[in-house]
Amino acid sequence: MKSVINALKSRETLLALAIFLLVLLVSSRYPAFSSVESLSGIFNDTSILMILTLGQMLVILTKCIDLSVAANLALTGMVVAMINNIAPGIPVIVLLLFAILLGALLGAINGYLVWKLDIPPIVVTLGTMTIFRGLIFVISDGKWINAHEMSASFTAFPRYEILGLPMLSWIAILVILLFIPLVNRTALGRAFFAVGCNPMAAVYTGINIGRTRFMTFVISGALAGLAGYLWVSRYAVAYVDIAGGFELDVVAACVIGGISIAGGVGSIGGAILGALFLGVIKNALPVVDISPFWQLAISGSAIILAVALNTLSAQQKGRVILKTAGQGA
Amino acid sequence: MSEINQYTARDIPERLSSPFKRVVSSWEALLLLVAILIFFINTQATPYFLDWWNLSDATFNFTEKAFIAFAMALLVISGEIDLSVAAIIALVSTAMGFAVQLGYDTPALVAIALVVGLACGAINGLLVTGLGLPSIVVTIGTMSLFRGISYIILGDQSYKDYPESFLFFGQGYVWSTVTFELLLFVIFAIVYYVLLHRTNFGRAVYVIGNNPTAAVFSGLRVERIKFLLFLLTGIMSAIAAICLTSRLGSTRPSIGLGLELEIITMVVLGGVNILGGSGTIPGVALAAIVMGMLIFGFGLLNVPGIVMSIFIGLLLIGVIALPKIASNLKNYYLERKA
Repeated sequence: MKSVINALKSRETLLALAIFLLVLLVSSRYPAFSSVESLSGIFNDTSILMILTLGQMLVILTKCIDLSVAANLALTGMVVAMINNIAPGIPVIVLLLFAILLGALLGAINGYLVWKLDIPPIVVTLGTMTIFRGLIFVISDGKWINAHEMSASFTAFPRYEILGLPMLSWIAILVILLFIPLVNRTALGRAFFAVGCNPMAAVYTGINIGRTRFMTFVISGALAGLAGYLWVSRYAVAYVDIAGGFELDVVAACVIGGISIAGGVGSIGGAILGALFLGVIKNALPVVDISPFWQLAISGSAIILAVALNTLSAQQKGRVILKTAGQGA
Repeated sequence: MSEINQYTARDIPERLSSPFKRVVSSWEALLLLVAILIFFINTQATPYFLDWWNLSDATFNFTEKAFIAFAMALLVISGEIDLSVAAIIALVSTAMGFAVQLGYDTPALVAIALVVGLACGAINGLLVTGLGLPSIVVTIGTMSLFRGISYIILGDQSYKDYPESFLFFGQGYVWSTVTFELLLFVIFAIVYYVLLHRTNFGRAVYVIGNNPTAAVFSGLRVERIKFLLFLLTGIMSAIAAICLTSRLGSTRPSIGLGLELEIITMVVLGGVNILGGSGTIPGVALAAIVMGMLIFGFGLLNVPGIVMSIFIGLLLIGVIALPKIASNLKNYYLERKA
């Protein structure tokens, strides 16, 4: 009984309830919003955000942050689009694997700087974020790659439907299915939590903190690379500023999903629901006829509200003997 | 593994070096050297650099950012961070533009700017100190919120028609080629130098950044001081917004987009430890000048802005990485010797 009550009070349940109410509220006036097509459309629309949020979750679990994901996405997306433009014959699956590898390599740069040189992750990823964006300009000369410059199979792939769901959604589902055993059933998955909860104890249990963090950056980067191909092929355009500021949406989804920025707390379900929450809001705004210009302010407020809820609910758990003066930046 | 190092004592040298040696081997001396080097390279690279009007124009590349960087330096030294500064600029600028539509004149515009900046700083400060939330997430949130409000008000429109007298802040000269902004830069550098290095308040900022628990036990009002630092950052963002808006003569919701990155780079380049506890105002001021001249030099060479940002990113990482690589190498050789 107690576990049932605890499950009801969990962040995931509350968030699922909030999303359900939101959908209910919108569809009470616009019934079409809750149709199966519309809901699966929202899921499909949120797929890229979900993929990135899962990667970011691992990074945040280990007390780090990766602000370079959107720039990584844009850079790999541009590289893949340029390859497709030059050599349309290369099969999509090869490009897809290449995008994942390139993304992982870019993530490894972040991870290496954090691991071996012990530079604060926020500084590293702020730096690589601008470097990656700049590199896109250098390799593309500031030009756009438009739909007609991409091969038909390149742009068709994310739209290819299996059982009524587009490939984009299936890839997100596949990533989620791969994440469940990785996080819950492997030593590395446990290490993510151990490093974030208590780094000192993690060291004494023989976990290599730096290596664990390096792995999270590589995974986050690989997923950003995957998302890079998906983004460019879905929107059928590549240029310097694609997914500009998207890293904030990703961090927002994590925070809303109950992943503690202090590390060690979070779940796959939370990350997915956090991303879906933002996705539902984004798709609901035009339906209820609110200007899309509201979206930035709304997601900002959602971040603040979510982090306040996270912190306040965490404070109630233990009796505070000495209030710590500051957590540090 | 900063979490672990944080609790171990800092290295205390067995013997303090002489004051002269300390100054020469300091971060600030290195920055000064770099500044002189860049200045020299610029003069060689293009004949247009050594012109009083060009040099005066060059100062615009760092003055506004430096205003915020001074306050940000204090905030970072105290162990917090504010990523919302560029969004505060957007909101302040939007508020001023809105007031212009209502027919307010320059003094009222400045007052409105300061009030809005103060309010933004107070919101950040309250969320961080009042609710005990991590500043990095709070300010990522308020960054979206503040700029989001600008977007709600302005959408794809822009505000223009600023009064003639308002344009002085960003376009005026106080004497010959000395701009009003450059004068402000010098004044703020002195004010912040005194505040951080010559007052109890400044000492307290260092103590809080080095050891917040010890600061509490020493009777410092940690939360209040941090709140004041967020207010200060808000006001400085407002002042930067006044200058930037006045210089551009218009307001769009995307004004100052991404400036927070350049400001944090400036602070880190100035030798401020991003984890808190150390840093100096002369360092930040020199870093501002270095970055400003670098950007200006690239501009004269027709390097596009986005390519410059690669160098800024490399600078940010390199500045922190190089000393670590150097000390790693040193340790490596010492170990091999032993």
